[in-house]
Amino acid sequence: MIEARELTKRYGDKTVVDNLSFTVKPGEVTGFLGPNGAGKSTTMRMIVGLDSPTKGSVTVNGRSYAKHAAPLHEIGTLLEAKSVHPGRSAFHHLMALAYTHGIPRRRVDEVIELAGLTSVAGKRVGAFSLGMGQRLGIASALLGDPAIVMLDEPVNGLDPEGVLWVRNLLRGLADEGRAVMLSSHLMSETALIADHLVIVGRGRLLADTTVEDFTREAGGGVKVSTTEPMRLRSLLAGPEVTISSSSAEELLVAGRDAREIGAIAAQHGVPLYELTPQAVSLEAAFMDLTRDVVEYQSAPADTVRKAA
Amino acid sequence: MPTTALRGVQRPGKNPNPSAAPDPRTPATHRTTHKVTGIRVLRSEWAKFWSLRSSWITLCVAVFLLIVFGAVASYTYSPDAVATAGPPGPGSSGDSDAVGLALTGVTFASLAIGVLGVLLSAGEYSTGMIRSTLAAVPRRLPVLWSKAAVIGPIALILTTVGAVAAFQLGTPGLDGEKIALSLGDDGVLRSLAGAGVYLGLVAVFGVALGVLLRSSAGAIAALVGVLLILPGLASLLPDSWYDTLSPYFPSNAGSAIYALHESSDALSPGAGLAVFAGWVALTLAGAAFRLVRTDV
Repeated sequence: MIEARELTKRYGDKTVVDNLSFTVKPGEVTGFLGPNGAGKSTTMRMIVGLDSPTKGSVTVNGRSYAKHAAPLHEIGTLLEAKSVHPGRSAFHHLMALAYTHGIPRRRVDEVIELAGLTSVAGKRVGAFSLGMGQRLGIASALLGDPAIVMLDEPVNGLDPEGVLWVRNLLRGLADEGRAVMLSSHLMSETALIADHLVIVGRGRLLADTTVEDFTREAGGGVKVSTTEPMRLRSLLAGPEVTISSSSAEELLVAGRDAREIGAIAAQHGVPLYELTPQAVSLEAAFMDLTRDVVEYQSAPADTVRKAA
Repeated sequence: MPTTALRGVQRPGKNPNPSAAPDPRTPATHRTTHKVTGIRVLRSEWAKFWSLRSSWITLCVAVFLLIVFGAVASYTYSPDAVATAGPPGPGSSGDSDAVGLALTGVTFASLAIGVLGVLLSAGEYSTGMIRSTLAAVPRRLPVLWSKAAVIGPIALILTTVGAVAAFQLGTPGLDGEKIALSLGDDGVLRSLAGAGVYLGLVAVFGVALGVLLRSSAGAIAALVGVLLILPGLASLLPDSWYDTLSPYFPSNAGSAIYALHESSDALSPGAGLAVFAGWVALTLAGAAFRLVRTDV
C-alpha cells in the first residue's frame, strides 16, 4: 500500500507536484496518468526516497521508504529503463542489487527467465534495445518479490508481444494480492490494465476514480435509429438513462446498452434499423480532463500550417 | 490500439470486483531474512567493481604506469644528469635515491587510480545506475563507505605490489651506482608501502570527489587540479605564505608519505599521512553530506 498525503515538490518557484494525495491499494492495478510533465515521475521518485518532498509525506506499507530494513521486498520499482550501468551485464546488474539484500542467485536466475532475458543475460546492458532495457528494469523490480510493484511507463519501447506480457504480468501480480502502480500518458493502454485511475495534471490531482466509473462518465452511449423515435424514447426512459436525438429518426441513448435496447424494442414491436454502440474515446475524455493543464501544449495543426 | 467502449467488455483475467478478492497476506512482508546490512552493501559494491571492464583496465593501467616509469627511471639514471638538473622541487622525494626513482610513476599512477575512484562513484550518476543503487540502499551512506572500503584496499594492495615490483625491476639498472639500495635497506619497504597507502587514499579521494560533484568530467578535472595544478598555481603566492602552506597541500603531504628521506621543507611521513588523510576525510564528509541531503 502506498499512501501519499499532500505530497508537494517545488523546484525554485516551479511546483512540480502540488498537494497530491492518493492511495495505491493491494490487489489492484492503479494507473497513474497524466500528460508529459505532470509530475508523475517526480512523485514516483519521492515514493522511493530518491527525491524528498518539499511538503507532505508518502509512506510505503505504513513507513517512509528509507525506514524499511529490506526495501526491495516492500516495493520493486522501474523508474527509468536506463537506471543501469551500460558496461555491466544484465546478470551482474541484478546480482549487484541482489547482494545488498542477500537475495540468492537462484532468484536472480528466476527473474531473468521471467523477463525473457535468459539468452542475453551475459551481454552488456549498453548493447540492449529499449525493449530489452525495459524487461531488465521489470526484472529488477521483481527481484525482491515485493509487496508493491511500481513501474514508470513500463510499456515504452516494448513490442506488441512485450506489451501483452506486461499486461498479463501486472494483472497476475495484482491477483496475487500485490499492489501495482504504473504510470503512463496513454489512457487507452492504461484502461486495459488498470482497475483504479489516479489522473494528474501539472502536479495536481484531477481525478481519483475507477476505470469503470471513468468509462461511464466518459459517455458514449448507443445510437438507435427507428421509425418510431417518440415511442421508443418513452419505453427506454429510466432514472439513469439520458436520451438525446440528433435527427428525426435517431436517438442517442446513454445508460442502457445495445442488448437491452434491442430487447425492449423487440418486446414492444418497435422497428429498429440501426443499433450501434458508440465508441467512447477514453483518450478524448482524458484529453478533455487534462486540456487545461498540459505542460507542453502543441499548437493545433492548422495554425502550424498557417504559420508555415 | 483503438479506443473502444470498455463497458461490458471483459478484460482477460480481470477481476470485476477488486475490493473483494485481494489476499490480505501481502507476499513479501514476512521475509525478514533478506535485510540490507553493511556487509551486504559492501559485497554488492565489491561485485559491482569487478563486473566492469573499465575497473580492470584502469587498475591495470595504474599498476603498469607505476612499474614501467619506475623501472625505466632506474635504468636511465645517470648521476651527472641529476647534478645539472637543478635543485629538487619542494616536497619532492628527491631524485637522487633509488626509492625516489622507483616511485617516479606515482604521479601518473595517482591520476589513473584517482580516475578509477571517480568512475566508481560519478560513473553511477552519469549512467543512472545511482537510482537503482539508492533505491536498494535508501539510507545511502553505506554505499559511500562501501565504495571507499572496496577501492581503498584494492588500490593499496595492488599499487604496493606494483611499487615493490618497480623497485626490484629497477635495482639491476642501478647496479654499481652510489645510490643503489636493496629492499632490505632501512626505510625502503616503508617508502614503497607508503606509496601504496598514498595511492589507496587517492582512490578514496576520487570516490569522494565523484559523489561530491556527481559528474565524471568535473570530478576528474578537480582531481587533476588538486593533485597536479594546485601546487604549481600556489607558487604565485608570496614566498612566506608559500613556504608555510605548501607542505600541507594534498599532493605535497601525500608525497611526504612515500619519501625515503624527509626533506627540510616537507612534512614527516607520519604527518604527511595525517594531513593527506585529513584532506580525503574532509572530501568524504562533503560527499556524505551531499549524498544524504540532496535529491538524486
